[in-house]
Amino acid sequence: MTEQVIRYPAQPEPAVFTQEELGWLPWLDPLPESALTDRHRDGLVDPSRAKSPYFMLLVRDPEVLEARTRTDKDIFYNTRNGLLRAEREVAAAATSRVNGCIFCASVHARFATVHSKRRDDVQALLDKGISGVEDPRWAAVARASEALTETPAGFGTRDIQALAGAGLSDLEIIDVINGAAFFNWANRLMLSLGQPVEQAAA
Amino acid sequence: MTLDVLDRPLNREGVAVNITAHWPADWIDHLAGIEPGSPLAALRAEREEARRNAQRSAEALFLPAEETVFSRAERAAVGLFVAGLHRQAAAFAFYRDLLISQPGGLELEAAVIAESRRGLTEGPYGAYPDGPLSVENRSGPLYRVTPDLVAVLGPRLAAALSHAHLLVFHPRDATADHLQALLDAGWDTTGVVTLSQLVAFLTFQIRVVSGLTALKYSLPGV
Repeated sequence: MTEQVIRYPAQPEPAVFTQEELGWLPWLDPLPESALTDRHRDGLVDPSRAKSPYFMLLVRDPEVLEARTRTDKDIFYNTRNGLLRAEREVAAAATSRVNGCIFCASVHARFATVHSKRRDDVQALLDKGISGVEDPRWAAVARASEALTETPAGFGTRDIQALAGAGLSDLEIIDVINGAAFFNWANRLMLSLGQPVEQAAA
Repeated sequence: MTLDVLDRPLNREGVAVNITAHWPADWIDHLAGIEPGSPLAALRAEREEARRNAQRSAEALFLPAEETVFSRAERAAVGLFVAGLHRQAAAFAFYRDLLISQPGGLELEAAVIAESRRGLTEGPYGAYPDGPLSVENRSGPLYRVTPDLVAVLGPRLAAALSHAHLLVFHPRDATADHLQALLDAGWDTTGVVTLSQLVAFLTFQIRVVSGLTALKYSLPGV
């Protein structure tokens, strides 16, 4: 018999970009925790991810999820000789803003604020889009992320020059490319496998 | 030699090839033309885990160890379609070679290339939920595989191409109905997860290649 998606007719969708915490509801059944094998646990990498419906849906293909998670962690957390954590989160939030992933943008805007302590600058990106970013380094990161997010990619040597002109080293430029490219992956999964939902006030 | 006597995959020169042995060790390096020992290879080595796991992702998606209902030929066909939509020449050539080296791939090649050309547009576009962001709504074409092409590709692959076009160009338009269309065409939940990962992964891989290629031409001495 054909499987059926899960629908949430009563759930209001968030309609603006926000730094508030949002929930996410899957349109397909996540794997139940009781069904996890060792192979699935390897795929999750972090045991705590068994609480996330998003990762419990993706773990249905554990080999892909594991490789993806390890790619993600190195791109965002390996700061050796490279871009600051906050600036990687700016690349992720800017990419999410351009693709229109309200959920992803909320998570990574919060991370950008946590690491930079510049909540208002982050909010300007959410409210006004890429052109709302004023700090020259952040603006170069956001504009490069936007160019790389266009299909076909509008990214070229001029974007490299702009990043270098804003003071980024070659390795920092690779961190921007990796961060923006990775969020093209993440945005498409979040946008197409489920929907964001307002969290009830605690 | 005629096509109907072939029982082994051929490369573009019509020579039988080993399905797995001739693929490059690192597809991003291959697609961006990054040579071992070059300055860019040294920079990539600073993010070795990301480099290695991007490659592991590619192999898990396109050359899975276990055959599933989502065949290698179908995976490569979606890869070729998505590379074509991105107008990325190196990726297009690569996934074309991957497709025709898979059993049944050669029969799909022409139709998939024609569809990727028919699907060309510019993204991202799409609509936001009604509200203040509605002023940012951008319209774009709705791609659908024609009924006669469904006969060539089969209903599962035809539905996969429609979904891939949505994910590449207007992901913010995605709804539960789009997943139901995949399920109705014969996909199961795990297959939808793998298909979604495959398309979304390619939008990453192709952008890394575009970015590194631009960086390569910006480095001194190139």
